[in-house]
Amino acid sequence: MEPVNPSSMQAIDCDIHPAVPSTRALLPYLDEYWREHILRRGLEADNLELSAFPVNADLNSRPDWRPARGIPGSDFDLLRSQVLEPFQSRFAICNVLHGAQAMFSEDLSAALCRAINRWVAAEWLDRDPRLRASIVVPPHSADLAAEEIDRCASDPRFVQVLMLELTELPLGRRQNWPIYAAAERHGLPVGIHAGSSFRHPPSGLGWPSFYLEDYVSFAPGFGAVLNSLVTEGVFVKFPKLKVVLIESGVTWLPAYLWRIDKTWRGVRAETPWVDRLPSEIIREHVRLTIQPFDEPPEQSQVQTLIEQIGSDEMLLFSTDYPHWHFDGIEAMPNGLPPDLIKKILIDNPLATYPRLS
Amino acid sequence: MNVTVLDRNPEAGRQAENIDKRFTGFIDCDVHPFVRQSSEEFDPFLSERWREHRRTIGGRARQGLAKATNYPRMSPGNGQRMDAWPASGGFPGSDLPTMQAQLLDLFDVAYGLLAPLVGGAAAERNVEFGAAMAVATNEWQLARWCIPDPRLKASVQVNIEHEAAAIAEIEKRATDRRFAQVNIPPRGLEPLGRQRYWPILRACAEADFPVSLHLGGTNGHPSTGGGWPSFYHEEHPSYVQTMQTLVTSLVCEGVFEAIPNLKIVLVEGGFAWLPALAWRLDKHWKRLRAEVPHLRKAPSEYIREHIWVTTQPIEEPERPRDMLSTLEWIGVDRVMFSTDYPHWDQDDPRYAFKVPLPEEWRQKIYVDNARALYHLD
Amino acid sequence: MSRHVVAAVGEIAPGTCKLVTVKGREIGVFNVNNEFFALINRCPHQGAPLCRGEILSRLVSKSPGQYELTHRGEMLRCPWHCWEFDIRTGQSWCEPDSVQARTYAVEIEPGSELAKGPFAAETVPVAIEQDYVVITV
Repeated sequence: MEPVNPSSMQAIDCDIHPAVPSTRALLPYLDEYWREHILRRGLEADNLELSAFPVNADLNSRPDWRPARGIPGSDFDLLRSQVLEPFQSRFAICNVLHGAQAMFSEDLSAALCRAINRWVAAEWLDRDPRLRASIVVPPHSADLAAEEIDRCASDPRFVQVLMLELTELPLGRRQNWPIYAAAERHGLPVGIHAGSSFRHPPSGLGWPSFYLEDYVSFAPGFGAVLNSLVTEGVFVKFPKLKVVLIESGVTWLPAYLWRIDKTWRGVRAETPWVDRLPSEIIREHVRLTIQPFDEPPEQSQVQTLIEQIGSDEMLLFSTDYPHWHFDGIEAMPNGLPPDLIKKILIDNPLATYPRLS
Repeated sequence: MNVTVLDRNPEAGRQAENIDKRFTGFIDCDVHPFVRQSSEEFDPFLSERWREHRRTIGGRARQGLAKATNYPRMSPGNGQRMDAWPASGGFPGSDLPTMQAQLLDLFDVAYGLLAPLVGGAAAERNVEFGAAMAVATNEWQLARWCIPDPRLKASVQVNIEHEAAAIAEIEKRATDRRFAQVNIPPRGLEPLGRQRYWPILRACAEADFPVSLHLGGTNGHPSTGGGWPSFYHEEHPSYVQTMQTLVTSLVCEGVFEAIPNLKIVLVEGGFAWLPALAWRLDKHWKRLRAEVPHLRKAPSEYIREHIWVTTQPIEEPERPRDMLSTLEWIGVDRVMFSTDYPHWDQDDPRYAFKVPLPEEWRQKIYVDNARALYHLD
Repeated sequence: MSRHVVAAVGEIAPGTCKLVTVKGREIGVFNVNNEFFALINRCPHQGAPLCRGEILSRLVSKSPGQYELTHRGEMLRCPWHCWEFDIRTGQSWCEPDSVQARTYAVEIEPGSELAKGPFAAETVPVAIEQDYVVITV
């Protein structure tokens, strides 16, 4: 099958990364006290980027998308000419990755998140009607996160809540439930983006040497996230909640589902509220963005994997701009059936994000 | 409705002469010996100094509970087959006649590779005690298991935080064919591929011992990158996720460039996850290869050459035939059958695969691959 | 199909199981609150001796953190992989529509009826004044 040009269908791009160019850019959007706090501590001189995404690594900045100066993704005109125009996106969802989500002080974390949400609304959403955004929340502070969700939800251009995959507590833990309650209340999916605030090593093995290892390990990390969301009963407690795994990779999913189902058959008595197959719960509540897909070498293998995923509703189109997973506009893996392609590009995003329609 | 009603004679299924010969005579790559009552059983193999220590302080792992796991299993004895408790008393896996009746004789097992998850040598915080317990565990395997039943092959237990003792023990056992491999806990203090562990890995390769990485253990790090899960329901599959970062570490650190004849066996982690991990490694290595210039080929090639997997706890795909493509994608010559007797999630050789294997594949997975890797006979 | 006397009623106490061999098949006969059921002693998953597993209640939950035992003593947990089965129907708790252990019809018959035959009582002597568990295999 020929690569599909998503632009021909006006796709919905579920993952782009506008970047905060510097903390100075956030100053006008901070509450007065926090503006002063940041200046007194000299934090404005740092971009506060996350260590999970070294901005100049090729993986995180496609060479032809890299700006002449500044942080990739921080220039609105470039974003428009490099991703919105070539892909003719109907909508594109801004997911701001920022160190605000890694701060130990719950209050500082919340203040920065609040500023980022104001900044993204004023500097991005106001400038292009195709842009939508996720609400950046302090992930280690569920009550403050819920407050921020309530505050932003009145702006319909915020279509999702943004969490990091690996934080202090597994995401399903009851301490996090105020976040899910707020998200469900406002009809917002919870987007869980690859990455870590590194409260812990990226896996149970301890600290690896290389960024390549961290990045690859984010996929098994998502397995642990799903284990937690399912077994803690998040989807029992919040039956209308949708979760979107963003930049998670895709092809690990079938083998993961086989494993969690097998464990459940023997161990379900430990968590009796999980009263049906985990794979069924996950297919109903969980979505994944398509980049990176982590495709196998053969197209026939792609077809097998799509069959194994066992649902045509789970995958959502994304470019992951400006991260580098594909060249040109070949953002869709080869070997997908045409009916599924349309669902991935348009129907599934519309079904997942009620605020897009 | 697709109701599975089986009406074969169960009693006949538990007698050796009635078992389909395709499922006898195999090599079992994961058999667990256990102590009858307590680790007092290791005392004959410990010096007076460490006997005293064992009795007064005892083993100390990196976790809150003194003996029990923080994630209680679903059946007594830390998750044992309920019908494996010996009539003569003691823990499952502690009585050779029971093990023979339920596994070795029943299936006419050619060889069983012992995985001694006992004695606590691997995870012990006092590394001198850990090293002493490792030696004791190795002597104990010979005395209690390999000498009485030569079909059982020992694994050299080491504490990888005590490099000198670990290497000495590996070298001491190198020419003793009663030992088939070295058993290293996959959850060490640091990812196993890190250079600080290379001298131990090099000693394994020089002794021509494959390295068995049997999942489990506690290293003090939360078992997920997002912290400690609440339930065994999460902990059990999280071992599989740990296996993936273990392979990632071994490949990315360049261990297989530095030690080209190193052979790694992943035990009790299942295996269906391996192809997708290899694709993901290849994909992102292309973007980040400048970070790992010591890798001279794609990660998937190192995996294909250096890594073997054992089958249990076998994945049960929703469409059983997907097992065949999974095996093909890994490489049928890299998959070895294991039961994990006597644990609760052990696999029966007759029913583990829910799809018939081509005869040539079955022969490789049940017999030939392990025979070649471990130089058996 | 034939009918087999496998036990006197008083021989299997409530909450227990008697293993019998009929026509070469090992079968577990359960007394669940004075009702009798028979299951093959073989798990449909991997062939474990199912009837040697634990007899349990049915565990359900309305919400995370809530645990409720119902149907006391009506479930059987496989001694290997802990799959749970309904002793009454042989159905798996997890996948009742697709996984089921073989069941056998059980009747309680007075000895006076059994004396008229035909039936097979390989190991159980029958007295007219007692009731017996009869399974059809």
